[in-house]
Formats: sequence, structure tokens, C-alpha cells
Amino acid sequence: MPQLNMVQAINLALKEEMMRDPDVVILGEDVGKNGGVFRVTEGLWEQFGSERVIDTPLAESGILGISIGMAAYGLKPVAEIQFVGFTYPALDQIFSHASRIRSRSRGRYTCPLVIRTPYGGGIKAPELHEESPEALFCHMPGIKVVVPSTPYYAKGLLISSIRDPDPVLFLEATRLYRLIKEEVPEGDYTFPLGKARIVREGKNITLVAWGSMLHKVLQAVEGYDDVEVIDLMTLHPFDEETLFKSARKTGRVIIVHEAPKTCGFGAELSATLAEEAMLYLKAPILRVTGYDVVMPLPKLEDFYLPTVERIRKAMEDIIKY
Amino acid sequence: MPEKILESFEIRRLEILDPKGEVDESLMPSLSADEIKKMYELLILSRTFDQRAIDLQREGRLGTYASILGQEATQVGSAFTIKKSDWIFPSFREMGVYMTLGYPIHQLYQYWAGDERGLKAPKDLNIFPICVPIGTQMLHAAGAAMAAKYKRDPIAVITYFGDGATSEGDFHEAFNMAGVFKLPVVFICQNNHWAISLPRERQTAAKTLAQKAYAYGFEGIQLDGNDIFAVYKGTKDAIEKARRGEGPVFIECVTYRMSSHTTADDATRYRSKEEVEMWKLKDPILRLKLFMERKGLWTEPYQKEIEERSRQIIDEAVKVAESVEPPHPEDMFTYTYAKPTFRQLKQMEDF
Ligand SMILES: Cc1ncc(C[n+]2csc(CCOP(=O)(O)OP(=O)(O)O)c2C)c(N)n1
Ligand SMILES: [Mg+2]
Repeated sequence: MPQLNMVQAINLALKEEMMRDPDVVILGEDVGKNGGVFRVTEGLWEQFGSERVIDTPLAESGILGISIGMAAYGLKPVAEIQFVGFTYPALDQIFSHASRIRSRSRGRYTCPLVIRTPYGGGIKAPELHEESPEALFCHMPGIKVVVPSTPYYAKGLLISSIRDPDPVLFLEATRLYRLIKEEVPEGDYTFPLGKARIVREGKNITLVAWGSMLHKVLQAVEGYDDVEVIDLMTLHPFDEETLFKSARKTGRVIIVHEAPKTCGFGAELSATLAEEAMLYLKAPILRVTGYDVVMPLPKLEDFYLPTVERIRKAMEDIIKY
Repeated sequence: MPEKILESFEIRRLEILDPKGEVDESLMPSLSADEIKKMYELLILSRTFDQRAIDLQREGRLGTYASILGQEATQVGSAFTIKKSDWIFPSFREMGVYMTLGYPIHQLYQYWAGDERGLKAPKDLNIFPICVPIGTQMLHAAGAAMAAKYKRDPIAVITYFGDGATSEGDFHEAFNMAGVFKLPVVFICQNNHWAISLPRERQTAAKTLAQKAYAYGFEGIQLDGNDIFAVYKGTKDAIEKARRGEGPVFIECVTYRMSSHTTADDATRYRSKEEVEMWKLKDPILRLKLFMERKGLWTEPYQKEIEERSRQIIDEAVKVAESVEPPHPEDMFTYTYAKPTFRQLKQMEDF
């Protein structure tokens, strides 16, 4: 089995789905000849041609707006937005149309669209290139939000996202693109959307994370016994069952994300746990998150992002409580 | 009934200084010898800044950097006509504009090194921070122009953007507002032929960008962006027109991005060497030099002297940029609101 990084695994998923299904098309800025600014679509333009791998003008609202039309007509567009910060000019199309065309047309039209986009910090990039706005999209009914954390899962989750009948925002942690390699099988395999995975089992604390923060968490729990780690994988709809089961077992939950704390997705998880698992909890649910500030430029980003130390401190606090 | 022609338009292209350094005297703007030398020195300074930025990036001392190589005349020539009372809304590839306006050079290096403090414009300069989301700043320019008009201030607002930016929806909205309200705004497009890997022909099926202005009811002009006199004249006329309250102008400066898109890009993946070589011959600095030599304004010792002076200015700027105290983590909270929120105050206790 080949050892692939996240870029290669996503590329493989795209290639295989395009070979399998002629309705799958790719569009976005620099995705064709250039293979995408992170090379995720490398080789696809050569293989499938410019009718299926479409270099668009520089227009995010345009890219997602036409994707909605394409999807309604019967194609399965996989649109790339160069960085998640550049979905902002296209929010109108996502919020007003992609997420609600099924509702508004009473099921007559649907939007099987995937929006692939890199997100997150830790890469010393310019402004708006390190955003983590996942909660914005989770808040909007009608769109799913998927965040893979390793190459193997990225491939299976992307295939599921492309086959999903509804729009999916597929967030790729930029920091992970080339960070890890692992065995990624060729050929078809999928992971169901809405299912989390338990990365490490334990009885004392549950740590919940996704995307690049999962790896921070795994680093932080090294040397700690009996700590459970959950990779949420799909944020919306998220896997309540796995979360509740773990919370009931450990009685202590820490949520880690790099987005700002206020109204971050941790708030939703925490509120749901309070509703459903309150009586099992031995300590308040804790959140280790980014601060309530604009994502700072590289000189300060290491102070902004949750660190191993901050996660460990939360683990000590929750045990001591 | 026969069909009638309701509107037709012609697109003017302005060229004054050719690659051999010869000028069309009938179009030549009035510029003193000292002014021309000043322009030349700013071109050299801009190029020195740019080369140093690329070197520093390679050494890991700057983050990703967007080179201005080849676009110096568009930037220096246009900014040369801007007054302190004017307002400027830049994009992100205008270091030559910043330097011509007298923005502290060390702050530019600070910014590209990832230090937010580099973005704070000095009090006497009305320039907005570098704008990363493509095309969005054009609307702010239209808004500032609307405010200036309301206050009867005889100023112009100048905004810069690339050829790629003309594909964004905000371009349309800004142009439309400027036309409808007859705003004192000058739109300057640096058409450098590329938006990352996409050539200009793939942004629009229109033959020129300049012609787009006519759909919004105002004047558009194309000019040779590597010809500093054409840029200067075109911009000066437009700014004066705006100041007189006669509405917006769109200037398409045709130039070329000699470097890759940024230090993170590799342009050899998508464009030919021949194209780049061809544009080398149209270098904006070389042609001004040839002109000046002909006029007796340029000598070898002069060249040495200004290169040396530029190097000193840049050395000093880098030194200052790299010797300032690193920002304190609290700095990331300081400007979110006028006053920090309760929650922020609590979060600041981490530092
Ligand atoms: C809204 C938005 N989308 C995408 C990007 C990524 N991006 C940065 S520069 C660029 C190309 C810009 O081309 P152009 O407007 O011609 O300016 P140039 O880079 O040539 O100066 C792109 C796509 C961005 N910064 N903002
Ligand atoms: Mg361009």
C-alpha cells in the first residue's frame, strides 16, 4: 500500500471518483494547469481535460454560484476555494442557496456539491490564510461540515462527501497537508459522514478535537494513561452517540479547537453534553481554544493557537476538580 | 424602423516613453530634471527593496512575499502624483506606491515578516492597510470618495488592484457606485498579465480591461504601465478630474509580473520563458535610464551613487525592522475593540 500525505490522498480520492463518475467535475482558482496552490489537484487537468478540471476567473461567489447551478442540473461539482478565508465573498451563495435549495424547492432541486478548502493556522501564512470559521457553517442548516485529520481518513471522507446528496464543506487542515504520511489504500472505501472515531481509549478524561488540533491533543496526552481521544471528523451533523458514550464513561470532557472560544464549535458540543450527560459529569466541561481575537499574523500565531501545555493544564485542572 | 446606434466607445491607449528611451514630445508631461531624477531614484529604491525582500524570505527572515519586479513604473509613476490629502486603498502588491508616498520602509519589512504593527500608517498618510481579500478594497475607496464629496473636500481617492481582481463581484459594485454617484475616485488596475497561474485572457473575454468603465458610465483608459511618463500623465489627469468633481476614471496600466506570484509560487509551471524574456526587453527602469542618458541626466557615477544610497536606506530599514522588540502576545487583543471585552480581559491573563 502506498504511503501518502494528505495532499496525495485527497488527490487520489478525486482522481478515483472522477474515473468512476463522469458527473464529477472540479472547479476553482488555479486548480487546472497549476494543480492548485497546494497541488491537491495536480495531474487531474492533464488526465481529465479542461472541461472537467476548470480554471475559473478569480471570483469565489462566482465559483460557488455556478457550482450550485451545475449541481442542480445533475453534475457533482467539487469546488476548491483557495483558502477558507476566501469563502467569505461567497457566503451569500453558500448560506442563501447551497444550504437551502432543497428546502426552498421542496426537494425538486438539490445541491450535491463539495466545497474543498484549506483551513487553520500554524503555517506562518498571510492574513486570512489561517482562519478556522467552521462554526459559522455548522450553524447554517442544510450544509454538512467535514474535517479529516489524516490522509487515510481524508480519502474515505472525501469520497463519501462527493457521493453525499447534500452540500458538504470539506475543510483540509493546511498544517497537515504534508505533515504526516500513512498507508492509503487505492480503490474505493468510504467513511460515513456523521461518525466520529475513537483514536485512543481511556477511562479518565475524554478529549475531543478535529483536524489539525487532533494531533496537538495526541501530543499532549502522550505519557498519560487512560485518556480517551475522539476525532470528531464530521462536525455537522456530529456523532452524539460516540460523544455521550465517552462522556458517560469518563465523566470529564475537554474540547480543543483553534477557532476563537466565543461561539466556537466547542460551545455546541459543551451545551449538548450539558443537556444529555450532565449527571455523569465529574467536572465542568473545559474548552481549550483560540482567543477571541482576529487570527494574528505569524509573529503571534504560536501564542494564539492552543498548545500542548494549555491542553495539559486543562487535563490537570479537570482531574483536580 | 431602422436600428440605431445608441452608444459606441473608443479605448485610448497612452504611450509616451518607448523601450528605447525615446519620448513623444507632444504628450510629454511637464516634469523638471529634478523630478525625473527623483522618479528614477524611487524606481531603483523600489527594486532594491524588492530584491532584498526576496533574499530575506529565502533566508527565512520574511514570510511569503509578493514581488513587484517589473511593475515599478506603474507604482512610482502613479503615486508620484498623489498628494498627502488624498486617500489610498491599496491591494497587496504595491510596495513601490508605499515607498513613493514615504511610508516607513522598515514597517513594510515588519509586515511581510508577520508583524501586524507594520500596517499602522503614519499620521500624515491616508493609506489603508494592505488588502488581502482580492478586490474588496475598491468599495472602501468608493465610500471614502463619497464621504469626501459630502464634506466638499477637494481630494481624490485612489485604489489599486490587479487584473484578476476585475473578476470579483466587488469590482462591479464599486465601479457601479462610483459611476452612479460620480465619485472622486481613480481606479488603477495593474494589469500584470497574470493572476497566479491564470493569464489575463482567462479573466475576461473583453479585449481590454479599460473598456469596462464605459458600461458604468465613466471613462476608462489603457496605458503602457512600464512607461513612467504615461503612468504619471494618465494618473495626474485622472486625479485632477476627480478633484474637480468630474467623476471617476479607470486606468488600466499594462505591465508584467516578472516574478512568480509570490515566493510560494513557481511560475515556470504555467508560463513560458519566452514570454518573460520578451517582457524583460520592456523593462520600465531601463527605458527611463536610456531617456535620461540622452538628456544628460544619467551617468555611471550617478547610477553608482543612487544604488549605494538605496542600499543604505534598505540596510537601515531592515536593521530597524529586525531590531524592534517582538510584539507582546497581548498585542493581539489590543485592537479588537476600542475597549477589551470582559472575556478578553480574562483571556489576557494567560500572558
Ligand atoms: C478573495 C480572494 N480570493 C483568492 C485570493 C488568493 N489570491 C491572492 S492573489 C491572487 C491573484 C490576484 O491576481 P491579480 O488581481 O491579477 O493581482 P496580482 O497578484 O497579479 O498582483 C489570488 C487568487 C485572495 N487573496 N482573495
Ligand atoms: Mg495580475
